[in-house]
Amino acid sequence: MNEILTPILIVAGIGLLAGLILAIASIVMAVPKDEKAEALRGLLPGANCGACGFSGCDGYAKAMSSGEAKPGLCTVGGEAVAKTTSEYLGLDSADVTKKIALVHCLGSYDNTSDKVEYQGIETCAGAAIVAGGIASCQYGCMGIGDCMRACQYDAISICNGVARIDPARCKGCSMCVKACPKHLISFVTANQQAVVRCSNCDKGALTNKVCKIGCIGCMKCEKTCQYDAVHVVNSLASVDPSKCIGCGECVDVCPRHCITMFNPEI
Amino acid sequence: MMKGLIAIFLASILTENFILNKFLGICPFLGVSKKLDTATGMSIAVTVVMVISTAVTWPIYNYILKPWNLEYLQTIVFILIIAALVQFIEIVLKKYIPSLYNALGIYLPLITTNCAVLGVAVLVIQKGQADPSFGFLQSVVNAFGSGVGFLVAMVLFAGIRERIEHNDIPKSLQGLPITLVAASLTAVSFLGFQGLVDGLLG
Repeated sequence: MNEILTPILIVAGIGLLAGLILAIASIVMAVPKDEKAEALRGLLPGANCGACGFSGCDGYAKAMSSGEAKPGLCTVGGEAVAKTTSEYLGLDSADVTKKIALVHCLGSYDNTSDKVEYQGIETCAGAAIVAGGIASCQYGCMGIGDCMRACQYDAISICNGVARIDPARCKGCSMCVKACPKHLISFVTANQQAVVRCSNCDKGALTNKVCKIGCIGCMKCEKTCQYDAVHVVNSLASVDPSKCIGCGECVDVCPRHCITMFNPEI
Repeated sequence: MMKGLIAIFLASILTENFILNKFLGICPFLGVSKKLDTATGMSIAVTVVMVISTAVTWPIYNYILKPWNLEYLQTIVFILIIAALVQFIEIVLKKYIPSLYNALGIYLPLITTNCAVLGVAVLVIQKGQADPSFGFLQSVVNAFGSGVGFLVAMVLFAGIRERIEHNDIPKSLQGLPITLVAASLTAVSFLGFQGLVDGLLG
């Protein structure tokens, strides 16, 4: 009898002891869980992109639950997430304007050329170190695709030597904005408006040498605009999105065709 | 005494490496060795659990199971203890070192079912039976060395795999096949250490 009973007792005893220690430990060393933060974390998309300004979705959820941050900062989740999170927190739905990343350069191989044959590390960051980049325009897109590799949503493609962002796929996570060594990518609000697709702030003659469609700062757009939305600063036109109504007159008048109409619907 | 401990430590890393020589703990070796930082995190967790579980199972075997002639219970008792221990470590880490807890993440509970951890606990008992001078201290040093050996193998292999990623591999060998080939070659290369520790310190 003892041959069976002793081992059973010993194994059961060890198991019971281990269970007791674990049960006591889990009570004594319990970590208070922030249920609100966990629920909010569940509502966030979990891309951990950091576009909200916090260290990933966990950080943002914590900040929201403690009231340090407002809902609606999540660009990836957009309106849907802003709505669910503000509902959970019992706040009025916050206004979220959808933002879409845009490459401010149209320097494809038709318009610019490479000034050197680059054989170094296959990244834009690497190429930008060598003599101000490999494109003939020192402001322009080199088309090696750091932004394309940074994008988690397959929204960016490199065609004909210049990066393009598909507005339908862009979630506004800002990974490409950070990745571009030439700082060509920035956010535009997702409504119809004119956008200047050039970042060259050299004088017109210099720009003309390196790019067929670069902005030469001729001021035609500024004079044409009836709404005071377009201004030329540093030989480079820029559109104020808050004033632009998307009439398209500057687009028609631009001799270089570097102002285009941005329409996220298309 | 000191020399003996160093010999045990080196032998458990090089000549008796758990992964490359005893072929235990192959699942994390192939599963978590894709990136260097996860491989390191997993190995450190394994080392900690190995040392603590050996330090707990050795006295239980020698002072509870052996006097009652219940040696045959060792496997089930050891598994029970290791599982409880990993849970306990998880609770302690969560409370006092949350950064380490987050870094180890899923690996900590995975170690519960890692055969290398059970293997080290069982093998030091076997060694103690064969050689009575192989006591508690030797067992713990052996466990620590085995953990470091695990780390060495994981880090080596993570480095190899990161290099394989960027190579032009024939389609039939892509993925797991080339990984297994590389793993076996690494294991063969570790055979070269055979006799090294005895030669150095013997």
